[in-house]
Amino acid sequence: MTEDNTAPIIEFSNVAKRFGPLTVLDDFNFTVRKGEKVTLIGPSGSGKSTVLRILMTLEPFQDGRLTLSGMSYHEPNGKGPFKASERHLRQIRTHVGMVFQSFNLFPHMTVLRNVVEAPLRVLGIARAEAECRALQLLDMVGLADKKDFYPSQLSGGQQQRVAIARALAMRPRVLLFDEPTSALDPQLVGEVLSVIRGLAHEHDLTMLLVTHEMRFAREVSDRVCFFDKGRICEQGAPDEIFGAPREARTREFLSSVLA
Amino acid sequence: MDWTAYLPMLWQGAFVTMTITLASIAVGAVLAFVFGIMRVEGGPILSTIALCYTEVFRGTSLLVQLFWFYYALPLVGLSFDPITTGILVLAAHAGGYGAEIVRGALSSVSTQQLEAARALNFSRLQTLFRVSLPQAIVEMMPAFGNLAIETLKLSSLVSLISIADLTFAAQSIRNITLDSTSIYSITLLCYFAMSLVLMVAIRVVERLVRRGQAFPQMPRS
Ligand SMILES: Nc1ncnc2c1ncn2[C@@H]1O[C@H](COP(=O)(O)OP(=O)(O)OP(=O)(O)O)[C@@H](O)[C@H]1O
Ligand SMILES: [Mg+2]
Repeated sequence: MTEDNTAPIIEFSNVAKRFGPLTVLDDFNFTVRKGEKVTLIGPSGSGKSTVLRILMTLEPFQDGRLTLSGMSYHEPNGKGPFKASERHLRQIRTHVGMVFQSFNLFPHMTVLRNVVEAPLRVLGIARAEAECRALQLLDMVGLADKKDFYPSQLSGGQQQRVAIARALAMRPRVLLFDEPTSALDPQLVGEVLSVIRGLAHEHDLTMLLVTHEMRFAREVSDRVCFFDKGRICEQGAPDEIFGAPREARTREFLSSVLA
Repeated sequence: MDWTAYLPMLWQGAFVTMTITLASIAVGAVLAFVFGIMRVEGGPILSTIALCYTEVFRGTSLLVQLFWFYYALPLVGLSFDPITTGILVLAAHAGGYGAEIVRGALSSVSTQQLEAARALNFSRLQTLFRVSLPQAIVEMMPAFGNLAIETLKLSSLVSLISIADLTFAAQSIRNITLDSTSIYSITLLCYFAMSLVLMVAIRVVERLVRRGQAFPQMPRS
């Protein structure tokens, strides 16, 4: 186990990401070890979502090298903006899952179908087995009794918990959370955070979490990275970053959000 | 002679009109989905083909299309009977407009939904058939409804390629009885009754595809 936990699962080396003339990431370096729980914090527009979206293959990047479990995102002779074939990208996606700020459940499917559809169609798991596993996951997020409801019949917090179950059903090694509680009413934040807190105890699951819930970040993460203008300005154990930040920018940001 | 004696003839015409309309709607819907999907998902070549198809059939007169398929096509060796010609041309016309409806609805599916599908590793075809189309189809329904009614009304043009539809029957009867007022009033009512039936049918289909969305069904316990 200890060996596993030192192997890097994600490696950004000198990655550059531009939107037209706007450079969002420049010479970006970032490594995550297997099983690590990393929180990304920082001001709006600093590139946190971009890092997750690149990992999920929702955004291409221009230069540098990114690997996941040793697999490079760019192929040597890859074409198109992603410099890789769709087949290669789908191979990468088998290792990553993502939970979105706005849940993005499929509105025309029941809760159970939302969770079961991808394992059934993409992984080719038999229906009985897929449903059994989906019900376990729904039970874990406390929503087994809502399996036949449609997303529009659920609260935001419930929808987000279904979205987490849906992502887990694909058995990702890396799970990305982009501000999972930002779209929720304050009284619904807790139920989603407690589900994520439960996942933080899963040793094999690597988690990257973008959040504005600083107390939560301090509690669940192994490492906190403070982003500023597309760079990791400061990173370290939660107690270091929140307790004794070295950089002036970090102190400034923390005092503005904790105020 | 009293025009009521000609009611059976009118009825036969109405039957032909309904048959042609329903067949055109069915074939047109298939064309609409095929070419609409080609526009969005087809890559450069297929989407250009689909674009040409929609623009040609939307940009030229339906009557001239009918004449062309009925009189000009046989000259190059391809001829169909009048009913088939009428159905094909009406279907192609409805398909041209329908493909635009399909394209519009497919491109209005939110990128968030497509990103969720990608994050779950759906293939492009799975995303299309399991995520995009089921949502887009709900958006298409009102426009498809209008198109179906439009097709019914445009079907009267097939009387000009000698098909004995409702309009053709009405004209024949009028030529004999010379009672324009009664016969055309009855004919208008017939068209109106048929479009009412169509509208109800469309509502039923709309209800079916809307399950779980705007009118979520309560789960059965
Ligand atoms: N599709 C896009 N096209 C152009 N610019 C974009 C696009 N997406 C993001 N950007 C820009 O990239 C920069 C980084 O955006 P990103 O969403 O990664 O920030 P963030 O740290 O997640 O911020 P927030 O806390 O507001 O979510 C911003 O300046 C943003 O305007
Ligand atoms: Mg963001």
